[in-house]
Amino acid sequence: MASLSEQLLHRIRDAHTRRRLTWWERTYLPAIAQGLWITSAHFWRNLALHLAHRVGLFRHVPASVTIQYPDQLRKTEPRLRTRHRLTKRADGTPRCVACMMCETVCPARCIYIVAGEHPDPNVEKVPKSFDIDLGKCVYCGYCVEACPEDAIRMDTQRHDIAAYSRDGMWLDMKELLNPGSKKFGEPPEKFVQLSLEEFRQLPQTPDPPPPGSGLPQTP
Amino acid sequence: MLIDLWIKCIVSLLVLFGVLNFAGMQTWLERKQSALMQDRIGANRAYFTVPWWLGGAPVNVVLRKLGGLGILNALADVLKLISKEDFIPAQGDRFLHTLAPFLAVFFAVIAFAAIPVGPPIELFGRVIPLQVANVNAGLLFALALASIGVYGVILAGMVSGNNLATLGGLRAASQMLAYEIALGVSLIGTVVCFGTLDLSVIVEKQGGLLFGWLPAWGILFQPVGCLIFMTAALAETKRVPFDLPEGEPEIIGYFTEYSGMKFGAFFLTDFVEVVLVAALTTTLFFGGWQTPYLAPDGFHFPWGAFAPVSHLAYVGWGLFSFTLKVLFFIWFFMLIRWTLPRFRYDQLMHLGWKVLFPLSLLNIAITSLVVVALHG
Repeated sequence: MASLSEQLLHRIRDAHTRRRLTWWERTYLPAIAQGLWITSAHFWRNLALHLAHRVGLFRHVPASVTIQYPDQLRKTEPRLRTRHRLTKRADGTPRCVACMMCETVCPARCIYIVAGEHPDPNVEKVPKSFDIDLGKCVYCGYCVEACPEDAIRMDTQRHDIAAYSRDGMWLDMKELLNPGSKKFGEPPEKFVQLSLEEFRQLPQTPDPPPPGSGLPQTP
Repeated sequence: MLIDLWIKCIVSLLVLFGVLNFAGMQTWLERKQSALMQDRIGANRAYFTVPWWLGGAPVNVVLRKLGGLGILNALADVLKLISKEDFIPAQGDRFLHTLAPFLAVFFAVIAFAAIPVGPPIELFGRVIPLQVANVNAGLLFALALASIGVYGVILAGMVSGNNLATLGGLRAASQMLAYEIALGVSLIGTVVCFGTLDLSVIVEKQGGLLFGWLPAWGILFQPVGCLIFMTAALAETKRVPFDLPEGEPEIIGYFTEYSGMKFGAFFLTDFVEVVLVAALTTTLFFGGWQTPYLAPDGFHFPWGAFAPVSHLAYVGWGLFSFTLKVLFFIWFFMLIRWTLPRFRYDQLMHLGWKVLFPLSLLNIAITSLVVVALHG
């Protein structure tokens, strides 16, 4: 197989010795007719399909490539990095052991952890507060890769992140543990510190759908 | 006497109503047709609800459906244009700046006066031509008014106090000059064929049959003239692929310094001109309000069948036929507008002066020779 540079050279040579257009081609009429044929074929095909969809026929043949965004959600790819969440143990307390790996590796320095002691001697530490400033986050996913406990994931399938202020971009620990529990516009509780008992009593949201299956319905 | 005046008023109001509606709905057609051609859906969100004292729920359902079809976007456009600030630049001339869009839209609309939209109707012993002004040189009238329309464009460019807008106006002027000539000369072939400048006579002469089965439409006598006319007419409407006077995305156009409804008037002018050239194409080359095989007393099919048609039905059918043909050409020009890329300016001038103009002269020569040979 010819190398890339050879292919390019060949193409440049081709461009110099390009076939001269015939008289009929230089009137542009055949090309214009061809173009009109293609576009009008699309027009009539899509018009017929739209009308057929109206009466319930050929529903499986799409008449357009449009995804009506807020009503319809695009299927996400499995590898897509979406908004962060903290995974939970069975009792609703965070899996995080406050090892500071993610905070250390974060290139945008948007993770803020305050470590505390865990009552269970086998666990040793627990975060007293865990905050992410999404306004700074670059979605590199290093925190997920650095985590030794699978405590932080970027699989909420949420990417419709909007806020009226910089504070609105702040994810506090309650929101990180239970994505979607905060209403839009509700101010974050920065550096909120909760005891393990309070963690268990938080309103628990279900885990997000598996990667690649689409987005959860926004509240 | 007074009743004649009233009849004229009603006819002209009907024509004006039709033209402005066609022009207004072209914003909808433009959005939806381009969407369908590009596998999209297009405008489908704009709608409003009315309170109960205006009809409430049943009306709202209809409004929601219309909004889903994108029709209410035209209304939203107008609301937006009317409520915007009417800005006149400090270097601009206040009077002329306001006059320019009126000139543009006035001459575009008034050109419809000469176009016969249907066969003459006989009501209460009175023959009413469905044509606003029965000008005996109607073709020249329509062409002249279509060309005067460019004054509004040039004026808009000159008095905006903006060099780029002035250049846009000049581009418009030279483009119009290049294409007006081809436009007019291409029609001389048609005039030679039909031997008249009166548009209603031209339409009547297209009512016959050729070889007993082919409708004697102008395009059969003047295929090259029709092609040149349609190309030049597209340039006349100042839309893609000949939208160099406007050139919204990168080269700045003549209406840069216009906002609100004045800009809307220029926009409307473009659409009215599309309707105008569609109506002219229909009238001159596609039989106007004539329907194949339909004579005033009924359908005479070439295989000998005959279906009688009453006079009112005949007139209604003529109006319908004309509307349908105009709609088709509006659709066709829209198709061209969304298919072809814009010409470069030198290509535009080359096409106008070196291709279309000589070609139309050649067309006249050949047509004249054939006509003289046939009629001796």
